[in-house]
Amino acid sequence: MQNKGMTVIVKTITRFTVWVIILYGIYIILHGHLTPGGGFAGGVIIALAFLNIMLAYGRDFTSDWLKINLLHDLEATSAILFLIIGILGVAISGSFLANFLSKGKLFRLVSAGTIPILNIVIGIKVCVGLFVVVWSLALFHITKGGTE
Amino acid sequence: MIIYVLCFVLFLVGLYGVLTKRDLIKIILSLSIMEYSANLFLILFAYKKDAVFAILSKGENPVMVDPLPQALVLTSIVIELGITAMLVALAIRLYQKYNTFDITKIRRLSG
Amino acid sequence: MILPYFIVIPLLAAFLISLISGKKDNWAIILAIISIISLLIISIVGFIHALDNNVVYNLSGWDIPYTICMVMDSFTAFMLIIIHLIALTSLVFSVAYIRHLSRSWKYYSLFLLLIAGMNGVVLTGDIFNLFVFMEIALFSAYALVAYGNRSEEFEASFKYAVMGSISSTLILIGVGITYSAFSTLTLAKIASQVPETNPAVVNWLRCIFVVGFGLKAAIIPFHAWLPDAHSSAPAPISSMLSGVLIKALGVYVIIRLFFSVFGMPVAFGILFKVLGSISILVASFLAINQWDIKRLLAYSSISQIGFIMLAIGIQTPLAVMGAVFHVLNHAIFKGLLFYNAGAVEMYIGTRDLKKMGRISRLMPVTSTTSMIGTLSVSGLPIFNGFFSKLLIILAAIQAGATVSAIIAVAGSVLTLAYFLKFQRYGFLGNEEPQPTGEKISLGMKTAMVTLAILCVLTSILIIPGIKENTLTPVVNDIINQADYIRLVLGG
Repeated sequence: MQNKGMTVIVKTITRFTVWVIILYGIYIILHGHLTPGGGFAGGVIIALAFLNIMLAYGRDFTSDWLKINLLHDLEATSAILFLIIGILGVAISGSFLANFLSKGKLFRLVSAGTIPILNIVIGIKVCVGLFVVVWSLALFHITKGGTE
Repeated sequence: MIIYVLCFVLFLVGLYGVLTKRDLIKIILSLSIMEYSANLFLILFAYKKDAVFAILSKGENPVMVDPLPQALVLTSIVIELGITAMLVALAIRLYQKYNTFDITKIRRLSG
Repeated sequence: MILPYFIVIPLLAAFLISLISGKKDNWAIILAIISIISLLIISIVGFIHALDNNVVYNLSGWDIPYTICMVMDSFTAFMLIIIHLIALTSLVFSVAYIRHLSRSWKYYSLFLLLIAGMNGVVLTGDIFNLFVFMEIALFSAYALVAYGNRSEEFEASFKYAVMGSISSTLILIGVGITYSAFSTLTLAKIASQVPETNPAVVNWLRCIFVVGFGLKAAIIPFHAWLPDAHSSAPAPISSMLSGVLIKALGVYVIIRLFFSVFGMPVAFGILFKVLGSISILVASFLAINQWDIKRLLAYSSISQIGFIMLAIGIQTPLAVMGAVFHVLNHAIFKGLLFYNAGAVEMYIGTRDLKKMGRISRLMPVTSTTSMIGTLSVSGLPIFNGFFSKLLIILAAIQAGATVSAIIAVAGSVLTLAYFLKFQRYGFLGNEEPQPTGEKISLGMKTAMVTLAILCVLTSILIIPGIKENTLTPVVNDIINQADYIRLVLGG
């Protein structure tokens, strides 16, 4: 009974609002070098959007829609991508995590070198990581166990 | 001056909760209150009188508050999120093994 | 040049293990052993290089007030060699031991994260970066203590996590006060500004950091998490925690902060001597009472850390050499003793000394190496423990602290007492117990024999020809504060 989710009203409204939340999260990640926010805050917002779907529709529907194995591989891949960008800094500019792309003009969206790319990578890792943690905690049936 | 004293009082409230409460979940919540007070303490050090927020804008830039402690607090919030998640997972497994959340009954190791 | 690779290699290997492995753990073992062997080779090369000139590396290529810098002098290179040596033997031991529990790749991923965190603490020159890497290492430690899924392990891990978080919050408040008083976070810049600041603020900072890092190093008023955590963890993790983690996070940071940055006035020297003496005596008396072998070894760790704190309080160059040499020796023989305890638990099936009898005929390799470990820790000649304890006692007498010397001698006698109890009831008792588990494998025997040979070989580090090349540069880099400031700030 727990896995069916909530009532029809909640399901209909969620179908509209979840996309707005994801759009807002992507806006905060991409403008991380111009306004407050950045990778971590935007990642948490997108993770909460996925959590919204899990609460409204139940665990079975979400595991069909989101494919937990893909999320597991995505998390490890984004961490490796961060380290590769750092090593590319050593190869091109001589220091770890050096800013090797061109810095552009002030106040534009495409500026400040590698910082927007690092923001996107951190955003993906935080969103996937936080969702997988809460998913694993929700998977425990809290039963009265024996002693051992 | 009074603000720093109140921040210290918040730290003491959290410490009281960790030391005297008997329920596992209440210990986790009191630990979170203690960590919030440490973050607040870091931000209070960055304030300057009559200064604006630390974002560059077009035109002239007046005196800004110090942006370095704000970066320290962001990192610290991420670390505390991880600690809280791990403590909650441990509390769930402890309930499965011992059938209770009461720390006076979870006492197989002693001596 | 090579300094960021100490952190990049274990992190990359940990995430690659998470990506590649399916249900089995073969790829995990191969990747972990390759990365640890390469790290050991790089750290030996780094130590030989750091004897002539020390290395400073700025991240992202910026200058000193804006960047995080990494510093490698001889003390750092020495700690790196200890970390990677014990990690290699622990990996070789844990292949068979962890397969006994479950065939999973998660253990190796967490282990490599622990190594990355400890490398970061030892290498960094920035105080907030030290806090971040310390938290990374501690997360992995909390998760690894609870790895075996028994009920005592969860209880011990919860206790360890709550106490560790309280001390981490205290350290964060200390970092905040440091930034407010000195307006910089780089350790060398703080060291150059200490003579001009208000002495009351610097004394508060010294007290906060003694309490915060003292809990990580398990000095006596703050030791309550260690017997539970180190006795409930799986055996290779116990040897990593007790042999390396409390030294990289506790002893290394206290030496770095009190010798190179804040300075140690006379009152704090007396404080360290008092805390060290109490640790030696109280922990030895508590260890004589124990019937569980791993709990006995955990209380023995607290006692040996008391010796190191006593030597730090005396502050002369001979005492610092004794402390540094004792860090190396304790890592080797305590690791060996924990491997013996793990092998006995896996084969006989119990950890209680009352139920073990004459094991020496059933497990010959284990009992021979445990006899070598016992003789080392008690301080018998030609084993390495004798030379480091002799240096500490001689330094105490030369500096005029006769009470500390008497307490150190008493501590050595008590150590011999409880380890004789360990040997007599555990290995040379009356009747033979029935083996209930599986036989121990070749990897476990290799790890134990390697550490036993090293127990005898490291005593050659004290011979006057070799001492100038290995131990004396380490002591010089600790004692000379002006050289550290000049190295980083380039003045």
